[in-house]
Amino acid sequence: MKQMKQYREFLVPLVVFALAAFLPLFLKTYYMHIAILILIWAYLATSWNILGGYAGQHSLGHGLYMGIGAYASTYLALEFGLTPWVGIFVGMAFAAIAGWFVGYAAFRYGLKGAYFALVTIALTEAAVYVVSNWKAMGGAAGLEVKYLGTDPFMMQFDSKLPYFYIILFMTLLAVLTAQWLNRRRFGYRLIAVRENEEAAEAMGVNTLGTKINANVLSAVMTAAGGTFFAQYFTYVGPRVVFGEVVSVQILLFAIIGGLGTVWGPLVGAVILVPVAEIARAELGTQFQGAHLLLYGGVLVFTMLFMPNGIVGLAKSIRARFGKTPDDTMSVSASEGGAS
Amino acid sequence: MTFSLPVILQAVASGLMIGGVFALISIGLTLIWGVMKIINFAHGEFLMIGLYLAYFLVTKFGIDPYLTILITTPVLFFVGIGIFQVSIKPILKHPPMNQIMLTLGISLILQNLALVLFKADVLSVRTRYTGINYHFGGVVVTLTELIAFFGSILATLALYYILKTTDIGRWIRAAAQNPTAATLQGVDVRFTYLLAFGIGSACLGVAASLLLPFYYVSPTVGLFLGLIAFVVVVLGGMGNFLGAFVGGLIIGLTESLGAAIMPGSLSRVLTFGIFILFLLFRPQGILSRRQA
Repeated sequence: MKQMKQYREFLVPLVVFALAAFLPLFLKTYYMHIAILILIWAYLATSWNILGGYAGQHSLGHGLYMGIGAYASTYLALEFGLTPWVGIFVGMAFAAIAGWFVGYAAFRYGLKGAYFALVTIALTEAAVYVVSNWKAMGGAAGLEVKYLGTDPFMMQFDSKLPYFYIILFMTLLAVLTAQWLNRRRFGYRLIAVRENEEAAEAMGVNTLGTKINANVLSAVMTAAGGTFFAQYFTYVGPRVVFGEVVSVQILLFAIIGGLGTVWGPLVGAVILVPVAEIARAELGTQFQGAHLLLYGGVLVFTMLFMPNGIVGLAKSIRARFGKTPDDTMSVSASEGGAS
Repeated sequence: MTFSLPVILQAVASGLMIGGVFALISIGLTLIWGVMKIINFAHGEFLMIGLYLAYFLVTKFGIDPYLTILITTPVLFFVGIGIFQVSIKPILKHPPMNQIMLTLGISLILQNLALVLFKADVLSVRTRYTGINYHFGGVVVTLTELIAFFGSILATLALYYILKTTDIGRWIRAAAQNPTAATLQGVDVRFTYLLAFGIGSACLGVAASLLLPFYYVSPTVGLFLGLIAFVVVVLGGMGNFLGAFVGGLIIGLTESLGAAIMPGSLSRVLTFGIFILFLLFRPQGILSRRQA
């Protein structure tokens, strides 16, 4: 019985994603593209959320790991014909190393809050200039994934359907990971670090190790998203996958959806990406940047009027009407962000 | 890409000139940080507003680029005040990360509003000051850079004078040191924050008018200059006025020496490298002694 209860928490994500697997039956190609975009950003935001939401360390430089994943698999495929199915793991390994170093350096010297945000932003911006000047990586022009038509071995498809299922599966894994953290010791340690680092340390939590591990896990997951991004768009460029703008986009959906919640990043992406994509499609030729304008507006609105995001807002409404929220992770961003 | 002496000297001269402007840009940021402990990620975008304003005043109305200071400075002051009232004031008591996210949102809005309104074109002006050079030995300094350098120093000194001797300056310093104590002494802290945010933004108006004659303007110009301001502020110690000035000169030198001896845009890596090292090992900056 106890066993059953332990696994019940995974049931909701499994059912939701199983239902989502039937979506292609109803969606035209263009809407499939939007569905894939939603999942890409939901996946990346969920990965970021482990470090930013759960552990409370707001990285503004996750483009670094996304870029590492995207460039590693693309470069290895172009240069050595290595399949991205393997390249994705190479990228994740590199991201793990990078994530460890960044985490160790930043947390070892006690960087918190704004200082951590600034270091990560500097790293991803530095990466832009390193890659822009790196001939083998295509310099400022970036790298193009060689077009092979449909070639499952090289993770390339002419139809959107396989891409949809790949990213759906990846997002499911990410959500399950978040759900798993909700009830496991490592997850509790992350929250403890976020809520009160000194107290956590006093209780015997190895806060440095916890934060580094969170950074590595988050980086590895983000890098896998980078590889998928490169395969789907068949192009990587320094500012496309590295840099401040893409880094802000990664965390946007987690913040708007609900920091430190399992479903927040997905909810944020489901609501925002379609609107932004339609804005881009309708206005993009005339008004470049219309979708980012929208993102900025929503971010400001969220911070002013619902700092706990959509999921946080829903929970506080539920709590007001007497129902107890079942999700113990629902700690408000206004507490969570403090450091 | 050579190490010859004239090249280095030239780089040092240009580095100091642009460094002066970096300093002025950063002083606005460090003032806001020092007083209300808010990191304004839209700082670079405020500067962009100033640059566009100066650009249109020069090209559409034929105003002398340096006279535009009389317009850009008050306009930026009120832009700062307006944004403070609408968005920053309500969240002054919120956690720092929320404030960072908010200002990031503002920067996204401003940057992409500029992209929508003015397209991605890189614009620059030719004025009657363009093309006038002075030779000091083998080193060439353009008039526009020279004016920008001395203009920045003048503006910095003026701001320093305001902070040290006027009532407004005393309020600002009191609110920065201890908001509660300042309130007890009859200082309206909220109003002081408003003024400080306005003054910090107004610095960018001055900087914009000084920069425009030898720089460029585009929707993303604030992205880089804003980051430079962060680098300088961290280097000088957050909230440290003099530190920001020294930091500005150091980063100006780093950028131009880096560009002289390193290929492509790799000098940027050097700048960010210094930034990261400082954040890790000396987050309190070069001049401050106390722990940040």
